Amino acid sequence: MTDRTPIENRYDFTILFDVENGNPNGDPDSGNMPRIDIETGNGLVTDVCVKRKIRDYVQTAMGEETPWRIYIQNRRTLNRLDSEALENAHIDARPEDKDFAKEIKALKKDDPELDRRLRDYMCANFFDIRTFGAVMTTFVKGSLACGQVRGPVQLGFARSIDPVSVQEISITRVAVTTEADAVEKNNTMGNKYIIPYGLYRMNGYVSAKLAQNVTGFSDEDLDMLWRAILNMFEFDRSAARGNMAVRKLYVFKHSSALGDAPSWKLFDSIDVRKRDGVDVARSFGDYAVTVGRDAIPDSVDVCEMVDHEL
Amino acid sequence: MSVRLEVWGDYALFSRPEFKTERVTYDVMTPSAARGLLEAIFWHPGLRWRIDRIHVLNPIRFDTVRRNEVDSVIRMSKIRTMAEGKGDGGVIYTSESIQQRSSTILRDVRYVIDAHFTMDPRKTSPDDSADKFQSMFMRRAGKGQYFHHPYFGTREFPAEFRLWESDDDPVGFEHGHRDLGYMFYDFDYRNPARPKPLFFRAALDDGVLDVASAEVRS
Repeated sequence: MTDRTPIENRYDFTILFDVENGNPNGDPDSGNMPRIDIETGNGLVTDVCVKRKIRDYVQTAMGEETPWRIYIQNRRTLNRLDSEALENAHIDARPEDKDFAKEIKALKKDDPELDRRLRDYMCANFFDIRTFGAVMTTFVKGSLACGQVRGPVQLGFARSIDPVSVQEISITRVAVTTEADAVEKNNTMGNKYIIPYGLYRMNGYVSAKLAQNVTGFSDEDLDMLWRAILNMFEFDRSAARGNMAVRKLYVFKHSSALGDAPSWKLFDSIDVRKRDGVDVARSFGDYAVTVGRDAIPDSVDVCEMVDHEL
Repeated sequence: MSVRLEVWGDYALFSRPEFKTERVTYDVMTPSAARGLLEAIFWHPGLRWRIDRIHVLNPIRFDTVRRNEVDSVIRMSKIRTMAEGKGDGGVIYTSESIQQRSSTILRDVRYVIDAHFTMDPRKTSPDDSADKFQSMFMRRAGKGQYFHHPYFGTREFPAEFRLWESDDDPVGFEHGHRDLGYMFYDFDYRNPARPKPLFFRAALDDGVLDVASAEVRS
């Protein structure tokens, strides 16, 4: 944690990922059907869905190794349960102590920088807080900042290039859950939703200024972020997802922290459309992706990342 | 010194304070969101943005999205314990702290913000001048530069921006008068420990929200 310096350039990036016979992101409002923009029929994937996968990749790849720890975790690992059990055995109730709040207050009086130091500690240890930020409301009682750590990496919603069709698939199972059911029937039916094929595009931003002024997000972290994005679906296989894969990751590197061009101009330079003669797309090969350099200033470096090294 | 900035995006969420759990957006951008947007591009401790008008160029349309969110915040006490080498800092497990929350959001928004700034001489150096700040803002906004990427209410709804280039005034999406009721103006930060919310009676006239002449109340 010594020689990690924050990034010095602003970045914008575009991710193209696709789904084959799966449900990339269920909508809790419509019985877990894939999210759809009702007006256009385009598929949607939320920002938080992709952030979850980035966190999960980093946790899978790096485990509990500092500084790559993940604060907002998906599941309890067995190891963690073990260690928690041990901790409980040692009976360590300090945070719940009556005096604890008093102690903190006294400490804060002596050390007005406590909030900041704790924040920096969290940023230094946890990749997701350094990257996406976090809400630490309890940091702020009686102090200034609103307890929000804004991370440098910001993601929008992903949207499919073309309208997607959603198919409901009925499935049966031969096993039965309860004895009562077993008497009445010998199998049950369920359903799942799939999108036969969808190519999605998500745009994102990396602010060098937030990295420098707040969380210390470094070049090393940036490499980890790209690695996580390229591999985010490789460890997220499940019955619901079908085949999902990141197909392209375009990174625009500005020459300075503030940037050289509006993000929208850079995003507009990437054109994704169905190839001529393709009526219904069923694979990534049915799409043509072109990058027009005309609108991109020479100082912006465009990089197509293809390094899938796990 | 005034500026005119065009901003647009696919979605926006300007939460009403009365609906915060299941968030519901205001019909149009709040002055506070507009201020935050300008600050994302350029801000200085001695500079305060004042919003004059918000021109609403696109029809007001809604959409809903329900997401899995966590219900916890990070506890200072747990972090201290972890910093001392004990415990996991109260790591949040999404499967346990899960909450499904719906948001009613705006879609396909486009606004033009008219704003000016005032300066606080106590927080500026002798080198600073209104002209300097003005040209810094114009340069950044013209080149698409920013401190952090601006957004419409929440960070997942990024806002694209450019300086309003036309000599003509922007044209609102409708004619006539539309009362929007009481709307959040901004926080009064004079007592930083307890920011006080301020409200005003908002109305769209020919698609323009006039903030400059609005009476602001706490």
